[in-house]
Amino acid sequence: MSDLSLDAPVNTYRSRANPPRFNFLRFKKITEIGIKSIYSHGLRSLLTVLGIVIGVAAVIAMLAVSEGASFEAQQQFRDLGATNILVKSVKPVEIEQNSNQGFGPPQAVVYGLTNADIRTIRESIPGVTNVISSRIVKKNIWNLGRSMNTDVVGTTVDYPISRNYNLRSGRFFSQAEVRDHANVVVLSDEVARQLFPIDNPLGQSIRIDSDYYNIVGIMESEGFSNLGQNQAGSSNSAPSRIFLPITSSRSRFGETTTRQTAGGMESETVELHEAIIQVTDQDTVIEIGEVIEQILARRHGKVDYSVEVPLALLRQAEESALRDSIVTGAIAGISLLVGGIGIMNIMLASVTERTREIGIRRALGAKKKDIITQFLIEAVILSGVGGLIGVFLGIIIPFAISLFWGMTTIVTPLAPILAFSISALIGVIFGIYPSMRAADMDPVEALRHE
Amino acid sequence: MSISERMPQPQPRAASSGLATSNEVVARLEEIRKTYYMGQLSVEVLHGISLDFFAGDYISIMGPSGCGKSTLMNILGCLDQPTSGKYYLGEEDTSQMDDDDLSSIRGARLGFIFQSYNLIQQLNVLENIEMPLFYQGYNEQDSHDIAMQLAEKVGLAERVDHKPYELSGGQQQRVAIARALSVDPLIILADEPTGNLDSKSGAEILNLFDELHGQGKTLIMVTHSDELAERSRRQIRLLDGRVESDERS
Repeated sequence: MSDLSLDAPVNTYRSRANPPRFNFLRFKKITEIGIKSIYSHGLRSLLTVLGIVIGVAAVIAMLAVSEGASFEAQQQFRDLGATNILVKSVKPVEIEQNSNQGFGPPQAVVYGLTNADIRTIRESIPGVTNVISSRIVKKNIWNLGRSMNTDVVGTTVDYPISRNYNLRSGRFFSQAEVRDHANVVVLSDEVARQLFPIDNPLGQSIRIDSDYYNIVGIMESEGFSNLGQNQAGSSNSAPSRIFLPITSSRSRFGETTTRQTAGGMESETVELHEAIIQVTDQDTVIEIGEVIEQILARRHGKVDYSVEVPLALLRQAEESALRDSIVTGAIAGISLLVGGIGIMNIMLASVTERTREIGIRRALGAKKKDIITQFLIEAVILSGVGGLIGVFLGIIIPFAISLFWGMTTIVTPLAPILAFSISALIGVIFGIYPSMRAADMDPVEALRHE
Repeated sequence: MSISERMPQPQPRAASSGLATSNEVVARLEEIRKTYYMGQLSVEVLHGISLDFFAGDYISIMGPSGCGKSTLMNILGCLDQPTSGKYYLGEEDTSQMDDDDLSSIRGARLGFIFQSYNLIQQLNVLENIEMPLFYQGYNEQDSHDIAMQLAEKVGLAERVDHKPYELSGGQQQRVAIARALSVDPLIILADEPTGNLDSKSGAEILNLFDELHGQGKTLIMVTHSDELAERSRRQIRLLDGRVESDERS
């Protein structure tokens, strides 16, 4: 320790002549200092950013879930067709109540859509291009020893096109077969798999009651949505259905169907169970739906029908999705605000705790703006790290939801970017006040602080 | 603008008998007064202090508690501004400076040594020594080189990676000295530098001060202790905000 003078670069008083300007290295150094001091209070820093983590993760996850849900809903409605109107027979409430009382002989309940209704609609409303009527009867169907209970849909040739259903193999029945009351059926994928687990069902036949029907085609099951299902029979059954010409359905099964119920036998006579009414374009579909409702109201004494316009439902779904995202946004905003307040709280505590450090730095030449920069960077690092963890969780959580609950979730790239930017911004906003407090301390007082 | 125009050249009060002491004035206090206001009440702590400090001198400022030596030290350290009077540090009048300029001049022209070392706990020895250089805008390589040299010179070259709490009091104070030297300041201000140390470590620190004095550094030390004051070249005693005595040894 003989010579304490320096050989190093000559130190001259230069700060005023040549003030240190902002540069990246300086920024990097302050960032390093910030990381160090955050790291030295590991647990506290972690708790501090928890608010931001939860906020960001919640925003992303909620957006992903609601995005997925609205995507699913829209998909369903789109399957039903944007230019379709769905008219269904519905068992009126008063009949439902009457039918189960007494032990008398079963009396057939008559309700629902009639061929006359459909003819009127077709003839009186311009813009209706096509009507696909269906009868849906619950039946046991057999392939030798195997059987299953399923919806037997008697319909016309345009049915698959109107519902966007695709054939997996074979063909749908033809106009000629409809005219001839032919004994042909098209199975849904599901039914085909259950009745013909090994061999190809095409060309073989199934038995319903005492008649045999040739299998001409297999349909994909994916297109069947709950909304498209009939009201007759148990409407919550799995999408297992078979299709045959409506004429065959009428002549083989009759107009009246009888079911075994808890209270005894129950008979009902329904001409048509549902009809898909196709119109020329989307702009008129909602109005035509209203007109159909009026016509049916005039023709029916009771409300034994329902009119669904998928496009209107889609609009509603979109509206409710918008409402959802406003609510989601509000919740997210609140949680991020709370996270920000958490950061401010800890930054204030940190400033108080590090009063002496601030004093030392000021004594050794730190300007106010140096102190502000330091604490602001720390706040931004805190909220940024919190934001990153949040983004990570926010992507993992929807993934897990999809995996374990089978819900569709969609993480749009915008959500993580937005959430992260907001968290960083929160760091700045809620870091400003504590940083100013730190910078405004009197160095003498700060140095005296224990 | 030459130095002489900004600050009139002084007439040394005492013949410069001390070792390495020159006639060059590094700091000059002119009629420094400091008044503290507490609501309606105002208390004048310094009643017009005028002192010249010469380059290479080793000065101790003494006095009982409440005599104003802390206030004087704060003003000398540009941590506080006098209510009236002028304080020249180097060639510049600091009494009218704003906060930014005061920060700059503190960082560039003064080295602080505190009773309680005042190292930053989460930084290691080297980073503590580098800190004033950082605020002066030195680049990383230069400040690293300077800090390494100084760590070596205070005998802590092997401990540069250690955190302050891993060091003894004497070692911590040596880090503080290295830190004070890093910007090669005009004046080193030491406030009770051995107050928290045992006698052995204290003696080491004082030996280091002697060395610094020997190399022509200007040291101003505030102390209670006559023993410490005796090792300095010039002893200034304050009483009730006035200079009571100003002697050389």
